[in-house]
Amino acid sequence: MSNPLVPKALASSIVARYAPLLILALAWEAASRLHLVSSLALPPLTDVALAWGELVQSGELVTNGLSSLYRAGAGLALAIIVGGALGIFMAISRPTNAMLGPLVELFYPMPKSALIPVTVLWLGFGDGSKILLIFLGCMLPVTIGAYNGARGSDRHLIWSARSMGAHRLRMIWDVMVPSALPELLNGVRTALALSFILLVSSELIVARQGFGYLIGYLGANGSYEAMFAVVLTVAFIGFLADRIYQSMVARVLRWRE
Amino acid sequence: MRDPAQIIVQGVCHCYRPAVGREVLALENVSLDVREREFLALLGPSGCGKSTLLYLIGGFLPIETGKILVDGRPIAGPGPDRGIVFQNFALFPWKTVRKNVLYGLERQALPRQERETRAQAFIDLVGLTGFEESYPSQLSGGMKQRAAIARTLAFDPRMLLMDEPFGALDAQTRSLMQSELLAIWEKTRKTVIFVTHDVHEAVYLAERVAVMSARPGRIKTIVDTRFDKSDSEVRRTRTFVDKVDEIWNLVRDEAIKALEKRQP
Repeated sequence: MSNPLVPKALASSIVARYAPLLILALAWEAASRLHLVSSLALPPLTDVALAWGELVQSGELVTNGLSSLYRAGAGLALAIIVGGALGIFMAISRPTNAMLGPLVELFYPMPKSALIPVTVLWLGFGDGSKILLIFLGCMLPVTIGAYNGARGSDRHLIWSARSMGAHRLRMIWDVMVPSALPELLNGVRTALALSFILLVSSELIVARQGFGYLIGYLGANGSYEAMFAVVLTVAFIGFLADRIYQSMVARVLRWRE
Repeated sequence: MRDPAQIIVQGVCHCYRPAVGREVLALENVSLDVREREFLALLGPSGCGKSTLLYLIGGFLPIETGKILVDGRPIAGPGPDRGIVFQNFALFPWKTVRKNVLYGLERQALPRQERETRAQAFIDLVGLTGFEESYPSQLSGGMKQRAAIARTLAFDPRMLLMDEPFGALDAQTRSLMQSELLAIWEKTRKTVIFVTHDVHEAVYLAERVAVMSARPGRIKTIVDTRFDKSDSEVRRTRTFVDKVDEIWNLVRDEAIKALEKRQP
């Protein structure tokens, strides 16, 4: 069946792109139905789909999902604003760089999940501790991207702006911030992926709501079909977020070719 | 009567201090007067500090020794009285041609409508009509440099500092751009300091050519290059060829010295 709105070439490229996924899904279903693996370890995909439907109907998936997305969104937004500003500030101010540069380098490679108990200690079991964790964990990739990008600003662009009457602050906003943008946005992509990791792992450990909590709770109760349904939902949302982000970046950076 | 000196450079020295290695004396005791409305070429072998001198006049680098006066006042940083055009165009890559040209105008207290009209006039002047909404990455080298020139002319600086502006262009485009620049200069009569290492270009464009020595850069001599250039075949005339020879003889020794210095 052909859809007149989708050109043939495009349709076949979409099929080609998602064919591996389809094969994986079929293999999953077959492995489970043919008892190649225990259906406890890997429930059939169709059962997982049914469980997903029930989770949506009961509202559990939506409630927990919204709670998770709120935490990730808030933490990530803070990380982008504070991290971006910090990186650009480090690039324009030598003393700031001398002060914070070593700290950034020290904390960057630290496994951020180690902060889960710390943020719980500070802010308890609710949203606050998750937002703080995601903020702290996602800030440094953005900072480093913004710093490298802003520091690499072409001095001829800076001089051009200055000679056209731009004052220092104006020049920073008009030249250094856009110069930093490509690398900054790369840092944000890393941060986006990190935010999902931190979100789910922190919710798995200590939470009363959220995707991670739901996965842990369903797993502990032996509802493995439903547990897999939530895991797949999180994977899909992560994929979707990255896709949307990338197309947004392509639009913002369309001047680059 | 010639116009009085607009830019006065007196006893300027400049050292580069690289992060690693020894410091390099780029300019040594340079003095130079640039008259109002004249077209002066700064000619010298690469590495002679001619761009450094231009950047000092532009106010982009700090003056450590000596002084530079513009209109009788010591310069304090860059300013819209001195527009600059770089070899690498230095267009804002995230802005369209129109937005680039508007940038300098937006820093001035002009009504919006007038800014737009002025920007369009200069885009038309350099022959970029129809490319207003293009990004620099979509333009050829020659078009980028036209856009950069339009951007600088649009905010109407009284002095034009040009740093090997045609150095990155192919020979045909370069020759075309030279005639166009000359025509624009004759129309607008701005003071121009034009940095180049191309003797033909200097003789064709400038009224005076300041020949610089190899590093450390000094002004070796200044050659008067005023003669009738209205003939489209001027580059083949006796006068032109003789002037080129005269200056080439002055430059050759310096070019050889510059080459020898590069060898370890």
